Amino acid sequence: MLRRFIERTVESGLRLSAVLTIATTIGIVAVLITETIQFFREVSIWEFLTDTQWTPLFAQKHFGILPLLSGTFLTTAIAIAVALPIGLLTAIFLNEYASPRLRSIVKPILELLSAIPTVVYGYFALVFVTPALQQIIPGLAGFNALSPGIVMGIMIIPFISSLSEDALHAVPRSLREAAYGMGATRVQTLFRVLIPAASSGILASVVLALARAIGETMIVAIAAGQQPRLTLNPLVPIETVTTYIVQVSLGDVPHGSLEYRTIFAAGMVLFLFTVVLSTISFFVNRRFRQQYE
Amino acid sequence: MSKRWRAYLLDRLVGMLGLAAAFIGLLFLVALIVSIFKLGIARLSWDFLTSFPSRFPEKAGIYPAIVGSLWIFLGTAFFAIPLGVSAAIYLEEYAKKSWLANVLEINIANLAGVPSIIYGILGLEIFVRTLQMGQSLIAGSLTLALLVLPVVIVVAREALRAVPSSIREAAYALGATKWQTIWKQVLPAAFGNILTGIILALARAIGEAAPLIVVGALTYVPFIPRSPMDEFTVLPIQIFNWVSRPQHGFVINAAAAIIVLLVLVLGLNGIAIFLRYRSQRKVRW
Repeated sequence: MLRRFIERTVESGLRLSAVLTIATTIGIVAVLITETIQFFREVSIWEFLTDTQWTPLFAQKHFGILPLLSGTFLTTAIAIAVALPIGLLTAIFLNEYASPRLRSIVKPILELLSAIPTVVYGYFALVFVTPALQQIIPGLAGFNALSPGIVMGIMIIPFISSLSEDALHAVPRSLREAAYGMGATRVQTLFRVLIPAASSGILASVVLALARAIGETMIVAIAAGQQPRLTLNPLVPIETVTTYIVQVSLGDVPHGSLEYRTIFAAGMVLFLFTVVLSTISFFVNRRFRQQYE
Repeated sequence: MSKRWRAYLLDRLVGMLGLAAAFIGLLFLVALIVSIFKLGIARLSWDFLTSFPSRFPEKAGIYPAIVGSLWIFLGTAFFAIPLGVSAAIYLEEYAKKSWLANVLEINIANLAGVPSIIYGILGLEIFVRTLQMGQSLIAGSLTLALLVLPVVIVVAREALRAVPSSIREAAYALGATKWQTIWKQVLPAAFGNILTGIILALARAIGEAAPLIVVGALTYVPFIPRSPMDEFTVLPIQIFNWVSRPQHGFVINAAAAIIVLLVLVLGLNGIAIFLRYRSQRKVRW
């Protein structure tokens, strides 16, 4: 009797902890939706989506999310432009060219790139990378999208290289051997057989890296500036969605005011983007798993 | 040029590019660590570690930030480890292939992709305001615990999955109940790997600044937090605060504080890698 009671209690206790993760999601969605609805009672959705200025903290208030989105888009695009080629080439190198010994050394060191706290990257971008870039690009402002974008790109290399390498590794040997058997060279096999076969895994890794770059906060908060600006010029100060949330949190905006609610509206936009991306990644990844198991 | 020669050159070229790509990341890492150490190492001293922040960069220290980071680390571990491991046990040992397991799985994958700053917003509304914990250590710890929970669950599940079913079957054959089997056999066998994963997840928490800024951690703390209800700051926030000041002295202070933070984070990573290495060598089923 007692035994069965213990078994039951333990199982429901464990289930409760697992279900708590759903409560977290519900909590996030509920908090964002309630405050965002309050926000849209005072600001029209049309203004939010089309106004080209974001100045909630000024006397002349504008609530257009576009400048923040352009900031996030700019830094994310630069980061992916850096991380995708480097990450993919690294995955190819580790999978095809490196000896097992070299691979076992390089891989964990690369993983360290994603272990370093992001404030450290932000500091490095502002204090070292920006001045170095200013030597080459004279028009570069002290705060800009370029430097944090590049640094963020290097930070997310392991996301792309690691998962892409797993995907390349998971391609069955028979495919590779069939290509070799038909007289294909290593490079031909790589680009015409292995990469296409691993494409869904590679795509999933890129989507994940994208989500990470969109949500990255400290690097851009430190090195990209705090000036919302609708521009695609990587040389001038901008502000991302995440930086804006930090900026408001650091100031003393009264709880319950419209200015306070802007961070929930901004957070909602951020959340929607990352949920869409993770969902894509999840399903793409699941498909790729089913193919080869 | 013969076809074969061209194919050979192309092969070498891709190999070289790959090698270069792999080393860009490594070089960057070395450049980052070396330049920050060069800038900050001279500022590191016992005084720096045990002083309170100050308006004068040469007098300022990181004592409250270190204590705050330590509290947050312990608090996050206190909430995240039992919850994460329990959830992982449920998903891996009890709820295989049910619709609930499917929903939970998609949900956890999604949560792992949610930006850390969104967790800050959640913590601000739920812990700080609704549950009236204020901008306290406990609110910060709970927020970070929710942030690392998906990661803890994923690594703990992987560790449990690595325990072969023969262990479970042997325990059942001896008349053990399901929970006895898990508690006495499966968990001890998976312990090393679970610990490794947890340390890595917590190392991430110790470097987080964004969610704690949103929760309302302070940037200037001239006191030592004494209870979980006290206000606090952490190392990453102290660094962020110093970086955003114009005086060069604070930039150097930030470099010195980064050295301390890196030693903590990389030290935890080192311990985790060591543990993984040891458990891989020792365990043979």
